[in-house]
Amino acid sequence: MKRWTLWLPLGLFAFFLGLAAYQLTQPKDEFVPSTMIGKPLPRFDLRAAADGLPGVKTADFTDGKPRLLNIWASWCLPCIAEAPHLASLREQGVEIVGIAIRDRPEDVARFLATHGNPYMRIGADDLSEVQLAIGSSGVPETFVIDGEGRILHQHIGDVRAADVPELIGKLQEAGQ
Amino acid sequence: MIPELGLAALWLAAALAALQLAGGVLAQRDHAADLAATVRPAAIMQGLLALFAFLMLLRSFVVTDLSVKLVADNSHSMKPLIFKLAGAWGNHEGSMLLWVTVMSLAGGLIALIERRLPERTMQATLAAQGFVALGFYAFLLLSSNPFERLPVPAVEGLGLNPLLQDIGLAFHPPTLYFGYVGLSVAFSFAVGALLTRQVTPEFARVMRPWVLGAWVFLTLGITAGSYWAYYELGWGGWWFWDPVENASLMPWLAATALLHSASVLAARDALRSWTIMLGVVAFSMSMVGTFLVRSGILTSVHAFAVDPERGSFILALLALYIGGALLLFALRAGTISEGQRFAMVSREGALVFNNVMLSATLGIVLLGTLYPLLAEAFGARVSVGPPYFNPVSAIFVVPMLIVMTLGPLLRWRHDNIDRIRLPLAILVAVAVSLALLVGLLASIGLLPMLGLVLSLPLAIAAFLPLVGRRLTRVPLASWGMVIAHFGVAVALFGMASESAFTRERLAAVAIGGTERVAGWQVTLEGIDAVAGPNWTALEARILAQRGAGEPVRITPQARNFWTPPQQTTESAQITRWDGQLYAVIGDQTSDGRWQLRLWWKPFVTFIWYGGVLIALGGVLAIVGRVSGDLKRRRATRRGATRRKERVGLRGEPSAAGDTA
Repeated sequence: MKRWTLWLPLGLFAFFLGLAAYQLTQPKDEFVPSTMIGKPLPRFDLRAAADGLPGVKTADFTDGKPRLLNIWASWCLPCIAEAPHLASLREQGVEIVGIAIRDRPEDVARFLATHGNPYMRIGADDLSEVQLAIGSSGVPETFVIDGEGRILHQHIGDVRAADVPELIGKLQEAGQ
Repeated sequence: MIPELGLAALWLAAALAALQLAGGVLAQRDHAADLAATVRPAAIMQGLLALFAFLMLLRSFVVTDLSVKLVADNSHSMKPLIFKLAGAWGNHEGSMLLWVTVMSLAGGLIALIERRLPERTMQATLAAQGFVALGFYAFLLLSSNPFERLPVPAVEGLGLNPLLQDIGLAFHPPTLYFGYVGLSVAFSFAVGALLTRQVTPEFARVMRPWVLGAWVFLTLGITAGSYWAYYELGWGGWWFWDPVENASLMPWLAATALLHSASVLAARDALRSWTIMLGVVAFSMSMVGTFLVRSGILTSVHAFAVDPERGSFILALLALYIGGALLLFALRAGTISEGQRFAMVSREGALVFNNVMLSATLGIVLLGTLYPLLAEAFGARVSVGPPYFNPVSAIFVVPMLIVMTLGPLLRWRHDNIDRIRLPLAILVAVAVSLALLVGLLASIGLLPMLGLVLSLPLAIAAFLPLVGRRLTRVPLASWGMVIAHFGVAVALFGMASESAFTRERLAAVAIGGTERVAGWQVTLEGIDAVAGPNWTALEARILAQRGAGEPVRITPQARNFWTPPQQTTESAQITRWDGQLYAVIGDQTSDGRWQLRLWWKPFVTFIWYGGVLIALGGVLAIVGRVSGDLKRRRATRRGATRRKERVGLRGEPSAAGDTA
């Protein structure tokens, strides 16, 4: 074996060590941002997820009024936590469109009866097709959609009290 | 009092590890005989103290001492005893204590019984063992104290999660740790041999049982893990090239290579620095694996026990141990002579070739596992999967399998292909006719085809070393090789057959509806709601019938857990000798039918039977080697006594030689 080859393992190991140490000190971003931000909503047409509320289709977002699109499910615990904050957004005049992921009509109805209904319409996304198409990787997530149906902003995780003014701000930006 | 005793024992053990390190290092100089004499007793005592500490932890768990934080967090007074015990190592602190306990006991054992190596090499080995242990003690005592008390005892423990009360989960971590510890012992032997430049066949013989033991545990761990993923994840796959799976595969590949190169060193005194290198690499791969899993630096479906602070600690240990060992290697390996030469066509030649192929495969897997980390440093998120791993690793695995078929037929040192003309012709004929047969009857991918074509000759060739020998006189270690190589052929056949011939049927079935897959007739009888301790599930009642055979009922489930909210699929299987029917129930479609996913997987079970055979081969080899060593030791002792008696008869002063 040549002399320099004996140093090769140590060199490779040092490289690995540097890389691992660098990555370990980087803040780990657990969230996967959507690559669809800034792009128009994909085309979809979802049936109603609950009786008494209409379903959701792409054309609903192109009437010039900015809206929130909330990805949620009746089986999701953080969705219960964010329900009061969605309600307060609703009280401040924000239009919220819901998409229920892998849900059943009776469960959706029960959830709305228990935790209130901030939604104008709720579409049923049984196979997470629309969810994946707009680049959401979990429930709940909330998107700000402008009046032409473009995705402007993505909020990952449940909406908390502190997020309410930020979302309203984003909606106002979208309206200008 | 009990936890404090455990903690005190741990501190004392750490102090003894430090003594072991200092004594072993100073023993390398000439005039430190006093300190050198303490090295073996320190290692034995350290093992006993670590065992004592671990027993104290077990006791705290058995009596559910809720003033101990670890018990309060991970146990519950109502748990069955077996899960109370398993709870002691089913968490980060306890599992680290288990690791260091097993490692110290292994160190104590070699200090107690191992007398074959030069004393200085042994002291250097025990110093390395103390060094490694010291890092783990520091980890335990400074950042993960298992005996930490709560200011106010808890009223009840938090650990009654039924999901974690699984007998498989209870024995999974110890299995892995035994493997890692075996490799740490091999590492210490390698460092000791390197320090004293005593890389001899004797060194390989001393190290070999530890490598074999580690290898058996790793083989069992991987086999069980693969079956668990197949059974539990409900995707019908048995290997996903997930970072955590790769973390277990890499030490296995290194240990396999080390095992074979140690055999060459033991038998022929060749491959000296290569064996040392592999000894270091095998242990570093188990540390790298632990680091990748525990630090959460890679995203994985297995992400558990993730903690960046612990990650930093493990990385620091890794830098110290592996960096140090590799530095030593770079400085010293040049002065170790290469050992015996051999011809290309020889048993050694084949072993060297396969060692290189195994190492290359290891490199490929390591690169694929770390690549996302590298890409992320440049701001890109990528995931490396089967499209990379399968073909690229096949480049090295396929030639390895061919050489593995022929290698055991060759003689040591120097051989001629002409001598094995007949078996070679038979094996080639088997392979070619198999290829023609499969090629005519079915159209399958290249990799499964190669797997099928290579598996049968390999299975036959595995037994050829027995031809012409009296089976009762064949050493156990050779039986071990035969069984393990046959196991590789069996597993290979299972993998290839599963990839090539799996039949899949995804259908929306109404209640009472029937689907067919590969000769099976599957009827969905009904869907029931069932409930468990913390889940509810939809359970499908399925009646499956193969041809005109007896119908069998299976009940796959789609489970919803509520703490934490999580959906899982519980697949259901029907096992036959020639394969498995695998059923998963999915969602309901909008028109009221149910998504049913059915697979017929021919010979899929051979994958795990093969894994078990490989491990069995390893066990046979250990038994053979260790009993051989014991016999030899008894023989030398008897010889020594006889010599003494003869000297005594002649009336010469026998004590003269002893006191000198």
